[in-house]
Amino acid sequence: MKCKNRVLNSKCAGEEKRVGTRTVFVGHRPVSETDAYVEQKFCDNRIVSSKYTVWNFLPKNLFEQFRRIANFYFLIIFLVQVIVDTPTSPVTSGLPLFFVIIVTAIKQGYEDWLRHRADKEVNKSSVFIVENAKQVKKHSEKIKVGDIVEVKADETFPCDLIFLASSNDDGICYVTTASLDGESNFKTHYAVRDTTGLQTDDDIDSLTATIECEQPQPDLYKFVGRINIYRSNQEPVARSLGPENLLLKGSTLKNTKKIYGVAVYTGMETKMALNYQGKSQKRSAVEKSINAFLVVYLCILVSKATVCTTLKYIWQSNPFNDEPWYNQKTIKERDTFKILRMFTDFLSFMVLFNFIIPVSMYVTVEMQKFLGSFFIAWDKEMYDEEIKEGALVNTSDLNEELGQVEYVFTDKTGTLTENSMKFIECCIDGHKYKDGISEVDGFSHTDGPLRYYGKAEKCREELFLRALCLCHTVQIKGGDNVDGLRVNQECWTYISSSPDEIALVKGAKKYGFTFLGHEADYMKVQNQKNEIEKYQLLHVLNFDPVRRRMSVIVKTSTGKFLLFCKGADSSIFPRVQQDEIQQTKVHVERNAMDGYRTLCVAFKELTQEDYKKINDQLSEAKMALQDREEKMARIFDDIEADMHLIGATAVEDRLQEHAAETIEALQTAGMKVWVLTGDKMETAKSTCYASRLFQTNTELLELTTKTMGDSDRKEERLHELLLEYHKKLLQDFPKNSGKLKRSWTVSQEYGLIIDGSTLSLILNPSQDSSSSNYKSIFLQICLKCTSVLCCRMAPLQKAQIVRMVKNTKGNPITLSIGDGANDVSMILEAHVGIGIKGKEGRQAARNSDYAVPKFKHLRKLLLAHGHLYYVRIAHLVQYFFYKNLCFILPQFLYQFFCGFSQQPLYDAAYLTMYNICFTSLPILAYSLLEQHINIETLTSDPRLYMKISDNAMLQWKPFLYWTFLGSFEGLVFFFGVYFLFQNSSLEHNGKVFGNWTFGTIVFTVLVFTVTLKLALDTRFWTWMNHFVIWGSLAFYVFFSFFWGGIIWPFLKQQRMYFVFAHMVTSVSTWLAIVLLIFISLSPEILLVVFKNAKRKNHQKLPSFDA
Amino acid sequence: MAVNYNAKEEADGHPSGVGASGGAGKSRKPDNTAFKQQRLPAWQPILTAGTVLPAFFIIGLIFIPIGIGIFVTSNNIREYEIDYTGTDSSSPCNKCLNVSWNSTPPCTCTINFTLNQPFETNVFMYYGLSNFYQNHRRYVKSRDDSQLNGDNSSLLHPSKECEPYSTSENKPIAPCGAIANSMFNDTLELFRIDNETRIPITLNKKGIAWWTDKNVKFRNPSGNTNNLTALFQGTTKPVNWPKPVYMLDSEADNNGFINEDFIVWMRTAALPTFRKLYRLIERKNNLQPTLQAGKYSLDITYNYPVHSFDGRKRMILSTISWMGGKNPFLGIAYITVGSICFFLGVVLLVIHHKYGNRNTSADIPN
Repeated sequence: MKCKNRVLNSKCAGEEKRVGTRTVFVGHRPVSETDAYVEQKFCDNRIVSSKYTVWNFLPKNLFEQFRRIANFYFLIIFLVQVIVDTPTSPVTSGLPLFFVIIVTAIKQGYEDWLRHRADKEVNKSSVFIVENAKQVKKHSEKIKVGDIVEVKADETFPCDLIFLASSNDDGICYVTTASLDGESNFKTHYAVRDTTGLQTDDDIDSLTATIECEQPQPDLYKFVGRINIYRSNQEPVARSLGPENLLLKGSTLKNTKKIYGVAVYTGMETKMALNYQGKSQKRSAVEKSINAFLVVYLCILVSKATVCTTLKYIWQSNPFNDEPWYNQKTIKERDTFKILRMFTDFLSFMVLFNFIIPVSMYVTVEMQKFLGSFFIAWDKEMYDEEIKEGALVNTSDLNEELGQVEYVFTDKTGTLTENSMKFIECCIDGHKYKDGISEVDGFSHTDGPLRYYGKAEKCREELFLRALCLCHTVQIKGGDNVDGLRVNQECWTYISSSPDEIALVKGAKKYGFTFLGHEADYMKVQNQKNEIEKYQLLHVLNFDPVRRRMSVIVKTSTGKFLLFCKGADSSIFPRVQQDEIQQTKVHVERNAMDGYRTLCVAFKELTQEDYKKINDQLSEAKMALQDREEKMARIFDDIEADMHLIGATAVEDRLQEHAAETIEALQTAGMKVWVLTGDKMETAKSTCYASRLFQTNTELLELTTKTMGDSDRKEERLHELLLEYHKKLLQDFPKNSGKLKRSWTVSQEYGLIIDGSTLSLILNPSQDSSSSNYKSIFLQICLKCTSVLCCRMAPLQKAQIVRMVKNTKGNPITLSIGDGANDVSMILEAHVGIGIKGKEGRQAARNSDYAVPKFKHLRKLLLAHGHLYYVRIAHLVQYFFYKNLCFILPQFLYQFFCGFSQQPLYDAAYLTMYNICFTSLPILAYSLLEQHINIETLTSDPRLYMKISDNAMLQWKPFLYWTFLGSFEGLVFFFGVYFLFQNSSLEHNGKVFGNWTFGTIVFTVLVFTVTLKLALDTRFWTWMNHFVIWGSLAFYVFFSFFWGGIIWPFLKQQRMYFVFAHMVTSVSTWLAIVLLIFISLSPEILLVVFKNAKRKNHQKLPSFDA
Repeated sequence: MAVNYNAKEEADGHPSGVGASGGAGKSRKPDNTAFKQQRLPAWQPILTAGTVLPAFFIIGLIFIPIGIGIFVTSNNIREYEIDYTGTDSSSPCNKCLNVSWNSTPPCTCTINFTLNQPFETNVFMYYGLSNFYQNHRRYVKSRDDSQLNGDNSSLLHPSKECEPYSTSENKPIAPCGAIANSMFNDTLELFRIDNETRIPITLNKKGIAWWTDKNVKFRNPSGNTNNLTALFQGTTKPVNWPKPVYMLDSEADNNGFINEDFIVWMRTAALPTFRKLYRLIERKNNLQPTLQAGKYSLDITYNYPVHSFDGRKRMILSTISWMGGKNPFLGIAYITVGSICFFLGVVLLVIHHKYGNRNTSADIPN
């Protein structure tokens, strides 16, 4: 799609691309007679999300598949088999390969077909376009930039539109962007004032205007443009356009009868299309291990082939070995150059031994991951009754990574806490107002009895409550009417993107001031005397994480201009009269200590002149096409100054249930939990204590603005602190720093607290070169602390922290969990990103690899699912290498007894079927169902998680063990049968067996041994395991009889004809098979017994030893 | 990738408003089935010393008698082997050492030998070859099974796998290929020397090949005549053969492709040293052993050259038990493994009793 997109862009946008802005002629009407209207070329409105067409599917899909290194390798092997005269027919490796390729192609083709269908549905849906004052029905894909489109209620916008007019006189429409960013609240969009009146087709057709806007860019919340409206004989009016004027494709019109809009971005240039670009692929540590093992096996393969080729030519140097009279070469063979012959021989050996690297492993691993991930989504313990959703798996590639996590980065709000805000108390001019009755449902209609701790002046109190009622972006959603004409209190609710605001508005309501909603430009508030007050909303200075505050400018009915501002204390205090701070500050700090989220409320009265100035500045800034953001920010900064502090609010964000237990479990499991939050230090700290991230005995090291002291000596102080902490920690961890990285130290635990500004000081040292090593010292401190709290973090800083830890020595596996849009960057950055299906929209869940409803589900996800998946896949990988090693080793040994002639030991059918049929299902069932430890035990004993830490089952030691086991068994198989065949008359009637019987005996022993080996490893025998294990063996026997029971017409040689049947009539063979299987398995049995006995002894010891 | 998820979103029926989220909720709740919750009833065996040790004991106790049984059986098998290659200059066959394929008259030699013990049951006569790579890839594939199965078109158009033994003098070879071409063609005759008289011993040449090979896998070409000569019309004999395939034997049911010597040869051996069944000596009556102890002489029509590749030829006389020919390996292996098991069982039991008994607490597996 990316590719397609680029093509379209270059084709459609053409020259425009370079200019940086585009000019759209509304309704394709030229602005003046003199300027000839030039038809511009833009993208058409066709959405193309499909990758392939009927024609390019085959080549393109094949090309993409063979770009994978494994597929390419198998293709090469296949081609060698086709071209060179090799011992095994191309079918043996071609069949599995093409099976894989075809299955993948079908899967991708089907997915693409679905996309085609979805595209078609979107592209062929009908829209109404206003042309020459008439509505024309068209397919959506026919929309061109500049078309005026009419959209009715509950329809989705077919492309990105500039909102011109709606059925509402005030030029407002409501939109929900649920399918774009998951925020299901209604967003208000505004039409440009000059076009709001054009409510009919005729009116809208009379509009002559051009829109200048930036070229398409993916940021959903950014848009800069300008509309020039031309009226006859007048100077054109220019109005600025912002995101509030832009209706995005994919969002839905709500509560508005219809709107007119002009298409500015169409098709692949819409913000939605630009946003849906594939996430970068994350690869798991297991995959890296597989690749490492693969290299080892490739080396084994090449060395085997080299050894055989070399020995072959040494052996053949004797002419009667090379070409005895009974076995002469063809003329062609004799005539080939020796070098070429050697090369072909080498390739032939490669082909003969290539089964050591199985195609089927990739298939099985993929299948295991794909099917296995269903268990996460199916888990009813991770289902949340409240939101009626369970866990969501967005990628199945990382299942096993869940069992390897070393660092957990968690967001606080909405992740550790509920993010269901409850208004607790407020203070007005230092007087505390607290609700006497604890509220259960968070929404009560009657004014509860209030306990006042002293009372502020009435007017201050009312001012404060009015501020709460006005300074927000909350909307009201009622049954069918939003106009607020018939206010029925029973059926409307507040909607906002931030739950804090709702809590505040509800809080205000408790004290008698009820926000009744918007009516055109006016906000209506019902005061304590049940009178309705109206305020004209002039400007909303929106919240942003940098300013950490928001303001509104309203005009009262008496004509006063008021600015209300609410925000974090740190961003409000510097902007109010200093003498007012003290009394409120006490409250704020105490509230923060209690773990409440505090906001300060300030106000400022503006004179008419002030307002006019501000209005002009704002309009000018809004008009700007370049650097609008910065300009706006600067003006906001100017406006929000010299305010008067009225009071502060405290809102409680309760800890999620079991959050503390979960954190404790994660820490016990050897994970280090870091909390990264945008919240204030005090609040975050108390949450950390509440969630037991910090224990009472944890010594806290603080690196915050507070400890940094005044601004001049910041860097020096930071340096001192860093060195001090570093020294302290090093003394405490004298030697064991490297070895016992994750062991459980009983010694002093340390916790680190750092805030955003200090972090940026560390990460981006101002200019001093001496400070550049801050980062490494800081990192060392961090890694030694059991828990770290980072507060006041910007989203990008969260990602920075994750990246920093991710790239430390040893590349620990990191996991980020968060619920909000501000966590997306860290979710994408970490090895595993977990989204909480929280209240702050779905963006986090959407960008995550896994999404769970609650933080507590992390416990089962990691400790049980992660652990099991890791054990399963690690065993799967090791087993696959093992079973192919002992499959191919006898074949290699046989070369020493057949004159290095590449004679295969096994029949071609066996070679092909071994990995596909005989031994594939048991391991797949194992890797899906195995529970070597019960899920309950895993969840309740987090220490078990440490057993598999550091990729323990895929280190070189276990790998060598498996390789040794495979080699041992291969040797037993081959030489056992070799000695048996010292006398090849093994039947009771003296008849002799040939080479194919030899191979079949080895193969039978092999199949039984590797299957029984798996049976020995299986600790959880469900009926499915029984079915596939015994079924596979039965199938092998059945197949062998069948394969040898018929003269196959399509086969050139009937090698296996009755070979198996004759084999089973021989008692000697039976005895040999039983013996060899037993010899092969006994080391494994003994080892398991010893291990069990050893562990038993260990368990007597009080300390747990992993 | 991208809009894939788009489509999914639509399929899910994403709730369009806050209140509507309950609508699709019901179906999303995971089923409470044992499989989906990974709670299938399962057998959870744990290999402990307690379970394995008795097993080792039992296996040891089973294996040792089996091994002894096999060993005794194998030892009771009479086997007599003569190397008649003639590399030794004192050997009667030394004169034939460098025979070629088409030497006429054929070189013959006689080897006298003495059986010290009688061969009581049916005796099987094998020929053995050494350093003969019947399992060489070029050799193994040099045959045409459909020709041997009586397919008439393959008879006249042998597979190219048979190269360079597929045509000779522009005629297709039947049977084609290196295996057929190099068929063993020494004739061995056995005489008992009783008071200076040579009593020929009847050597049965039927029943030496697999029944399925003789009756299904190998078939003479079909036609409306029973005359093999006519059926093989248009083909020529393998280069090294003295006579064509339809003259291998006088009996019709042992001639052509279904000649048992030929079938036996066509089953390629697994290892470069091998033996193949040549003749059967059936026990005449219950009173006399099949081969009494005494003097015998082996008449060899020495046609098959092995000296050029340093090969060896042997004639083997052997009786057969239920487990086949003489093979000490199985018996020894069983006895060894059984003893080791038994020994390990004892050692482990001692260890177990010494250290293991004290902790009988519940064990967390693995």
